[in-house]
Amino acid sequence: MTTTDMPRPVDAGPARAVSKKRPRRATSGGLRRAVPATTLLWVLACLYGLPVLWFILSSLKPASDLFSYPLTLVPHNPTLSGYLTAWRSANFSQYFVNTAIVCVITTILTVGVSCCTGYALAKYDNKWLKVFFICILATTMLPSEVMLAPEFLVVRNLGLYNSFAGIILPAVLTATGCFMFRQFFLTVPDELVEAARIDGARELSIFLRIMVPLSRPIMLTLAILSFQWRWNDYIWPLLMLNDPNKFTVQIGIQSIVGAQNINWSVLLGASVISMIPLIAIFLVFQRYVMGADINAGLKD
Amino acid sequence: MTKRASAVSASPPRRRSKYTLAPLVLIAANVVLFSLFFVWPAVIGLVYSFTNYTGVGVFQFVGLDNYHNLFGDSAFYDALSRTLLYAVLFVPLNFAVSLLTANLLVSKHAKGASVARVVFFIPWLLSPIVVGVLWRWLFGENFGLVNYVIEKLGGSAVPWQSNADLSLLVVVMAASWAWTGFSMLLFIAAIKNVPVSYYEAASLDGAGPWRQFISITLPSIAPTSFIVILLNTINAMKEYPVFVALNNGGPGTSNNLLVQYIYETGFKRGQIGYASAASFVLMLILMAVAIIQLIVNRRVENR
Repeated sequence: MTTTDMPRPVDAGPARAVSKKRPRRATSGGLRRAVPATTLLWVLACLYGLPVLWFILSSLKPASDLFSYPLTLVPHNPTLSGYLTAWRSANFSQYFVNTAIVCVITTILTVGVSCCTGYALAKYDNKWLKVFFICILATTMLPSEVMLAPEFLVVRNLGLYNSFAGIILPAVLTATGCFMFRQFFLTVPDELVEAARIDGARELSIFLRIMVPLSRPIMLTLAILSFQWRWNDYIWPLLMLNDPNKFTVQIGIQSIVGAQNINWSVLLGASVISMIPLIAIFLVFQRYVMGADINAGLKD
Repeated sequence: MTKRASAVSASPPRRRSKYTLAPLVLIAANVVLFSLFFVWPAVIGLVYSFTNYTGVGVFQFVGLDNYHNLFGDSAFYDALSRTLLYAVLFVPLNFAVSLLTANLLVSKHAKGASVARVVFFIPWLLSPIVVGVLWRWLFGENFGLVNYVIEKLGGSAVPWQSNADLSLLVVVMAASWAWTGFSMLLFIAAIKNVPVSYYEAASLDGAGPWRQFISITLPSIAPTSFIVILLNTINAMKEYPVFVALNNGGPGTSNNLLVQYIYETGFKRGQIGYASAASFVLMLILMAVAIIQLIVNRRVENR
């Protein structure tokens, strides 16, 4: 028996949330109500967009123009010198590579581990699984910030201090990831599992060969979220790393802010460079992020 | 065929608990991670909070001394009260703007919503460190855009960095700006799930948009409002990176929040035991927040 004739629950994921447009209400008032709503929306959008725009435009100014009055929105002589200095100085390119390595490995592990756990929680019915589900819930109640010191000692005792593993491993268990996969697998009909069992498939191969491919949209959504959390992490890498060659981008930026005299040209360049990967990923996978069913217990 | 029939009769749909090994294998990795990085730190944190441990060497149990000292420590009180003030300002502001933007984006009257939605969302992508840097650049006292505009309009420069209350306010605005996109997404999903027929019925009864918002939208999205308020309160209580990049808890130490206080006592001054005690006070506050909000939520839903 093949599974091709089964209803494919792929669309139960974010794609559905995106495509599910609200039916339009009957028009009443038309233009009279469109004008204030649109105006308010765009005034707010400008308020939200302007800081980023101002920041990016400023980063294109040469250092000498940064503080020259009167301030101008558009740089007179746009230059990439701030970016180049940032990239070359203070190991910034090294930080960038470090962060990328940490983010990619953490994300792969997070997606894999969350997928396994979410599937077990959704499709098996044991008492101890329910207990473990409550344990995962508990991790949202006790955020890692609360356990900075003891968690630091544990990781140090495990011999992971000043290593990427010390940043990666504690971040792999996420309640959000487990929830997302659990919710998704609950929507997959049990009959699909039963049918595969009747065909003699073993439990783990049902999971690997049927369920994992089905959950691709959730994997992508969680991957984007996880990448973002790890890319933006600050306090844990700061505690874990003391070798400047292993610093992440956020620590690099913060070290420029903490300097006696802030080099704004370098700081702006470095900050904008650090934004690029996430903005790029977001623009490519926008519909997954926007439609993510992220209502359940969010925690990074 | 007989094999299939027997397999079906042997496993009625509700008896799935006969599988033990497979789910165990599937959750094994998370069980290990949970024990190592959650249970273990939580237990030793609790133990250390009753000791004078410094992170190295031997330590002694000091009973409740750490907790006792905390309540006599004015720096701790300042951090705690500043954190609560920050949460009290941040949570309602974030709630209001994200609900407003969500409503505008869902409204059929507002044009260009798909572009505006991306604009509102982008700040959420930026790291808290970059958010801090960005707002520091915007609100620089001598060079920032905001003071420049204020001076252009005839006002005088505002001491955004050297006045403790104003510098807290800047962080509140920065954090609300950064978190709007996320809360907004939750609200959009909730508002879209309100049955359209409710609004149609209300329209027939002559209810205006404001009345519809109060009587239909707000009650319908109450569970989401609850989640947004809960998450934002917890996030506010453990805020740190935005402060560190925007004003480093300054001016001076006036805006050192709880997590910064824990970080500085634990890691800069090596008072792990004392910092652990402070952590547990923070945890108790977070649990109290969650429990109070759960109770309120239940009341509202049962009404």
